[in-house]
Amino acid sequence: MSFINYASREINCKIVYYGPGLCGKTTNLQFVYQKTAPDAKGKMISLATETERTLFFDFLPLALGEIRGFKTRFHLYTVPGQVFYDASRKLILKGVDGVVFVADSQEERLDANIESMENLKVNLEEQGYELEKLPFVIQYNKQDLPNCSPLEELRELLNPNNVLEFTACAQTGEGVFETLKAVAKLILLELKKGGAGA
Amino acid sequence: MLHPQQTSFVMYDEEFQRISVVIEKLLRESNAKVIFLVDKNGQLIAGCGETEHLDTTSLASLTAGNIAATGGLAKLIGEKEFSILFHEGEKDNIHISIVAQRVILVVIFDHRSSLGLVRLRVKKASEELAKIFQDLAVKTAEMEKTGNADSPFAEITDDDIDNLFS
Repeated sequence: MSFINYASREINCKIVYYGPGLCGKTTNLQFVYQKTAPDAKGKMISLATETERTLFFDFLPLALGEIRGFKTRFHLYTVPGQVFYDASRKLILKGVDGVVFVADSQEERLDANIESMENLKVNLEEQGYELEKLPFVIQYNKQDLPNCSPLEELRELLNPNNVLEFTACAQTGEGVFETLKAVAKLILLELKKGGAGA
Repeated sequence: MLHPQQTSFVMYDEEFQRISVVIEKLLRESNAKVIFLVDKNGQLIAGCGETEHLDTTSLASLTAGNIAATGGLAKLIGEKEFSILFHEGEKDNIHISIVAQRVILVVIFDHRSSLGLVRLRVKKASEELAKIFQDLAVKTAEMEKTGNADSPFAEITDDDIDNLFS
C-alpha cells in the first residue's frame, strides 16, 4: 500500500524481492546500493545470520526524484528465502506495492523456484492480495552459470501469465536495474490508474 | 477483508498539523528525546525531537518489522497483538505502542524521564491520535467517494516515469 503524504509532498512505495534461498535477492539490493548516488539512498539494513543468510529482511530506501512535485521514494525489501522462515516472509509482504520474483536459473533449483512461487501466491492471498493484480516482474538470475535451465522451460514453469521478465547476473549487476525500473514503473502506472484514494 | 492492494494511505496537511501538535505536546510532557509515528508497513509518518542524528527511515522500517514479528508471536499464543513493547538500553530506552490498530507510536527517552511517565502520557496522546486517524480515514473515504481524490499521479505520463530513471 503506497503512502501519499500531501504534507511533506512525498509518495512511498514498497517493493519486495521474493524467491528461493540463495537465489540472489540480497545481491540484487547490494548492487543497487553500490551503484546509487549517496544522496539518493539511505542506509541498507540486513538482518542476517552470522553466515550472511537473510534472517528477517534486507531493507534499502531509494529516492528516485520528483514527479509532479512529489518526491518518489521506494522501499526495497527482501524476504528470507529459506523454506522454514515462512512466518517472516508473510510479515514482509504486508503493504507491498510491487513484487520482484528472483529465480535461480540453475537446473537443480528448478523445484525450489516453483515451490517459492507457489509460496508467494499463498502468502499474498493470506494478506488479501492477488499476484495477478499486483505489479509483478520476474528475474531469471545467475545466467552466467553453466548449468542453467533453458529460458523456455523457466518461462513455462514460472511465467504462465507472461509478465515482464529479465535475465540477470546480480553479482555483476546485469539486469538488476532493468528489473527494478520495470517494477517501479508498473507501480507508478498502477498509482496513475488507481488515483490517490482508490 | 478489504482489498489492501487497492488502497493507498493518504496524509493531508490538516491532519499532519494536528498530529504534529499532539506528538510535540507528548514530547514535552513525557520529557522524551524523540517521538515518531510509523505506519505498520514501515513508512515514517511524522517525527519530532532530536531526530537530526537519527536515521529515521531505518528506524521506521525496523520498528514496523519489530511490531510485525511481535504480532506474529502474539497470534501464535492466541493473543490479538501485543500493544506495547519496551526496550531498555544503558542510556536510552524505546517505548513502542500501537495506536488505533494501525499506527505505531515510538518514544525514545533517557534518564530525564521514566517508563511510568512515558506510559501515562502515551496513553493520553494515543486517544487523541486515534481520533485524528479516524478523521483521516473518513476524509479519505469521502474523497474517494466524491471522486475528489485529486491524485498527483492521475496525469503522469510515461515520460515523467522514464525521466525518473534517466
